[in-house]
This record gives sequence, C-alpha cells and structure tokens, in this order.
Amino acid sequence: MFRLSHVVKTYDGTRALDDVTLDIAPGQTTVLIGPSGCGKSTLLRLLVGLIRPDSGRIEFDGRPLDARSLPAVRRRLGYVIQEGGLFPHLTARENITLMARHLRWPASRIATRVYELAALTRFPDEGFDRYPGELSGGQNQRVSLMRALMLDPQVLLLDEPLGALDPMIRFDLQEDLQRIFESLGKTVVLVTHDLAEAGFLGHNLVLLRKGHVVQHGDVRELMEAEADEFVGRFVQAQRSFRSGLDSEP
Amino acid sequence: MRARLAFVALAAAACMAAAGCSFKGDRDAVVVVGSKSFTESVILGEALRALVADAGITARHQRALGGTRLVFNALASGEIDAYVEYTGTLTHEIFAAAAPADEHALRDALEASGIVLAGKVGFQNNYALGMPAARAASLGIGHVSDLAAHPDLVLRFGNEFMERADGWPGLRDFYDLPQRDVRGVEHDLAYRALAAGDAEVTDLYTTDAEILYYDLRTLADDRGFFPRYDAVLLHRADLESRVPGATGALRRLLGAIEETDMTALNAAVKLEGRSEREVAARFLGDRLGVTAPGEAEGRATRLLRYTREHLLLVGVSLLAAILVAVPLGILAARLPRLGQALLGVVGIGQTIPALALLVVMVPLFGIGAGPALVALFIYALLPIVRNTHAGITHIPTPLLESAVALGLPPAARLRHVELPLALPTILAGVKTAAVINVGGATLGALVGAGGYGQPILAGIRLDDVGLLLEGAVPSALMAIAAQWLFERIERAVTPRGIRARAAD
Repeated sequence: MFRLSHVVKTYDGTRALDDVTLDIAPGQTTVLIGPSGCGKSTLLRLLVGLIRPDSGRIEFDGRPLDARSLPAVRRRLGYVIQEGGLFPHLTARENITLMARHLRWPASRIATRVYELAALTRFPDEGFDRYPGELSGGQNQRVSLMRALMLDPQVLLLDEPLGALDPMIRFDLQEDLQRIFESLGKTVVLVTHDLAEAGFLGHNLVLLRKGHVVQHGDVRELMEAEADEFVGRFVQAQRSFRSGLDSEP
Repeated sequence: MRARLAFVALAAAACMAAAGCSFKGDRDAVVVVGSKSFTESVILGEALRALVADAGITARHQRALGGTRLVFNALASGEIDAYVEYTGTLTHEIFAAAAPADEHALRDALEASGIVLAGKVGFQNNYALGMPAARAASLGIGHVSDLAAHPDLVLRFGNEFMERADGWPGLRDFYDLPQRDVRGVEHDLAYRALAAGDAEVTDLYTTDAEILYYDLRTLADDRGFFPRYDAVLLHRADLESRVPGATGALRRLLGAIEETDMTALNAAVKLEGRSEREVAARFLGDRLGVTAPGEAEGRATRLLRYTREHLLLVGVSLLAAILVAVPLGILAARLPRLGQALLGVVGIGQTIPALALLVVMVPLFGIGAGPALVALFIYALLPIVRNTHAGITHIPTPLLESAVALGLPPAARLRHVELPLALPTILAGVKTAAVINVGGATLGALVGAGGYGQPILAGIRLDDVGLLLEGAVPSALMAIAAQWLFERIERAVTPRGIRARAAD
C-alpha cells in the first residue's frame, strides 16, 4: 500500500529518519515500534503527508505521494493521534461528521454511517452530543476512531492511540481495536512503544532505532531472530511482552 | 388577520388625512421659514424662526430643504414664507438668463415672482484670499493688493478656484499679481499646507469656520474683484397681509450679522458641535435681547443627541476596524514574517497620541465626524489584529494537524476550526477596542465630531463641572456597557466545549 525508498527526514540537524526503505502491505496491520525518538512517529506523519521527506520517495497505491496527489489521498486515509486531536468546540457527532458535511453528504447517508460506526466502536448514543471535554479519554479515542473511519478510508493510521489512557481502559480498547481491525480488513499502520500491544494488534512489526529500520517481520520472527543486540535489549525491556505473547492464540 | 390589517391601514390613512387638513387649516397663522442644506443657511433659518416666535407669532423652520433652486421655488410657490439668500446666487443662478445688472433690476425680477428683497443681513459670503494671521501680520499684508509686493509667496488654491475665470486667473490679471509658485490642490490639503507652513495663501469663503480653526486673516478685496454675495432676506410679498407683524419680526435680522459674527456662528456649529438652534438663539439673545421660546434643547434631548453621535462614532469605527483587522490578523498568522511587520505597523498607529492623530486627520478629512472616525478606526485596529493573530497562532498543533489530515482544504479549516477556536480571543480584542474607542471618541469633539466630548470640552472651557460630568459620566457608563455587552456576546457565541475547557 505504501512504499518508501531511501527516505531521509532531518530535524534541526539530527536525522529522524535515515535512509528508510520499507513496504507496507495492504490489508494488514503494521506496527511501527521502537524507543522514544526512534523516528516511528515521523514515519507515520510522512505517510499522512503532514511533513515531506528531505529526500527519497514515498508511494501510495503505486503513485508518488506529493502536493498534487495529497488532497485526494487524504480522503482515503484515516488518522488518529494520541490525544485524539478532537476539536473542542464541536460535539462528538460534529467532530465525526465534519468532513462528510464539508463534502455535502446527504443527511441520511451521514446518519447511517454514524450509526454503523457507533455499533462498531461500541460508543453510547448519549455521548454523541457531548463535547470532547465532557467525555472520558477512552470515549474520546472512540470518537477519534469514528472520525477517522467516517469516509470509510482504505488505510487507517494511528499514532499512539492508546498512549494517554490508564491501563484498564487501555486493555478494553486494545481488545476493541483488534476486533475492529479484524472486521474491517483495512490496511492499518499503528505507532506504539509497547511491544505487548504491538504483538497483540499487529501482523507485521517494524522495529526502529535512531531513524533506521532494525528489523521487519512478524512477532515470532522478531522474538526468535533478535537480529542484533539492540533488539534483544528492547525485547527484554518490555516486561509485559511475555504475557502479551501468551495471549496470542 | 387580514381584516385587522386593513382596518389598521384605514385608520392610519384617516389619521394622516386629518393631520393634513389641520396642517392646511393652521397654515394661515403660521410663518414657515426655510433654509438650504448647509450650516450657515440653517443657522440663519433658526434665527428667523426665533425672531418671529419672539413676536408672539407661531413659527416653523423647514430645515435644510435642499439646494438653491428647490428652496427658492418653495418660496415662490408659498410652501415657505421667508429665507436668507445671497445676491450673487440670485443673479448668477436663479436669474442667470435675465442677468439683472444691479440691485434694482434684481428687486424687480423678484417682485415679478411675488417675492420681496427686504434688505441685507449684514455679512457677505464671498470668495476671498486668506493667510495665516501671524504670517500676514509679519509681512504687513491686509489687502489683496498688498500681495503684489511679495512675489515669492507660496499660493495653494482649491482646484475649482484655480480654474474658474472668476477665480485665480481673473484675480491675477485684475491685481497684476506676480506670484509664480501657485498650484491647485484639494482644498482641505491647501488648509493643511497653510497650517504646516508649506503655503501662505489660499482661497476661502469669507464666513468659513476654518478661518477660526486655522487662525487665518481674510485679505480685503480692496479693488472689488470678487462678485458680491451679500446675504439678503427674502420673503413673500403677501406675508404681511396674511400674518401681520411677521415681516417686522423678520426684518430685525437686517444688518445684525457681521462677517466675523457669521464665521463665529459657523464655527460654533462645525467645530464645537453645538446645534444650529442653540447657536442662533444665543446670538440673538446677546445682540437683540431675544429670548425665543424653546431656544435650547432640554438636558434629555441633548444627552440623547450626544449618545447618538457617540454611538455612531464608536459603532462605525469599530465595525470598519473589525472588517479590516480580522482579515489582517489572519494574514499575519498565515505569513509569520509579514505578520511581524504588520503587527509592528499597526502597533505604531497605536502609539501616535490621539490628539496628534486627530490634527493630522483634519486636513485630510475636513472637520466633523470624518477625522474622528478615521482616528478611532486606526486605534481599534491593533487590539483586534493582535488578538486575531494570537487566537489563531495559539491553536494547539495537534488540532491543526487533525484538520489537515482529515482533508479539509485551507478555507474550510479556517471556517470550521481556526476561527471558531480563535473566536473568544478575537472577541476579547474587539471588546478592548470598543472600550478604548468609547473613551477615545470623547476627543472627537475637538474636531467637531460631536458626542460626549462636547459637554466635556465645554465644561473645561467654561470651568463648569456640571457640564463636564454631563459628558464624562455617560461616557464612562457607555464604556462599562460596552464591556458588559461584549462579555455577553462572548458567552453567547462560545460553544460549550471551549467554555468547559476555559473553566478548568
């Protein structure tokens, strides 16, 4: 779905991404993981076009991702960030339907789609007319997810969507996300620093370190191969990883 | 419903018909005075009305009816009974075809229309040349012919005077004037040049309020080049037979007003913002001992007028400032480098002392509400531009990125995300501007813009604390009201979502 070749992105002289080449498979969940500052969020922001690479090439669906193609591409992407990025002056419903209203969808089509999404994300009816400030963190992430899915995009990009939530809510949402990803069968790219979460949600894991892709494969490959000493240390550092792995069927 | 409407319409028509009849019925006992639509004419109309009223006759003043032709026709047809006209206007406009050669011919022409030329009011409103009084004194210039000895004087005339045959070209040939540095400019700019010392002579009308404002000396037309525009009283020939004693009352104005008087009266209205009625009444009281009934406005009507003028000044300048400043603020937020320059320039506007700003504006926009509106507009810009800029640039990055990632184009982002989020901040800026302007507008009275500054200035000049408070107290109350109003608006238009957050 996405193809990155020799992508470089520099911030203030330090290379956030250094010569990254990567294929992101369609219809699967790819998790970008690594310690803070490894470049995983930068990579995601490149995919959604919020930033442009200094050099290298990014393709989406076989076409280069550039200023000309971006507006059309964005409607095929859904994007969720850590704190939700919900507009505080709009209710949950207004947040979710903003883009559809801008595109002048008929009201009935909007209502139907919102109804589907509420069922999918198990969002309570009474929450729709509340403002983000009046909803819990978990509920806000459900709203944010609905907003991203409103136009039924082919790709869902999530930047630490559960990072700011407390563990219990996080646990519930992880289960919901897994179910949603499975039922939708979309291309999903998710950023996290939690290996257990990555193993639980992802088909493919991309481990990054200092702007380089260290390893790319499924969870077991990552576990067993331990391509270098860094991968070993990163895996060891995640105490919850074992339990996360055990919960895999 | 429809039946009731019809009934109301019928009743209204009946009332109007009745009113019309009673108006016609009373018409015989009433003297109706007219005036043309400029200050001097309205003052004279008020004076005539007061004189008739002083004689115990019911008098009405049809203020500012329109131009010369309209008012003269109203007199000829009997809609009005009297007004003050100028001899030059009569010969050159009304009877241009017949061109009466002298006053006798003019009187005859008027009589044919059933109009009596009762006599001269005293002053002339002629074209004249004016010089700053100090400069004229230092050069010893008092007459137009004195100019011949000073070939290096800088002359700036209004464009019309520069071109008319009876303007500069004729004057130059008639007096054989040697000046070389002579140019036509916008007339207000000529005054400005005079005030700045860049020019020394300009053309003016002999009763212009500006003569006092800029302290000019009018140079005597010692060889009689300019046509005479003597102010004369015209009344209908049948007036005395219809309302005995009316012409006698009107005639008290003859010879009563000198040129300097008329200039002072014009200035009192234009510069001090007094009403024509008040100015005329005070003059007649001083000179002729006339105490016309209802000569001055009551305190309530006066306050109402000040309030209306003040609201107009603040409202119009604020509205214009919002329309200009919000887009400027958005622009400044979009283009950071230009934004800094823009904020700097707008900020400089704010640092100019209000008084200086007003003085600069007068030559550009004349006296009255114009310069005050422009000055207030400039003052209102900064708070609104700055707050719009701040409101938009302080929106958290994740929100902006969310809007971009959603696929909203820039215009939709501005409308749906940035402006709503910045709205409370923008409104706070508007509130600041409104409160500043309510205070600043009191200075408008300095340039004849009216408003609460009028009683304040008069109070200072007359050392009358009561009068001063008449302006100061309502002005303070209006500032508080503006504050309150904008807080209400802020609350009303801020969505609950942002309010909840602000309360955290």
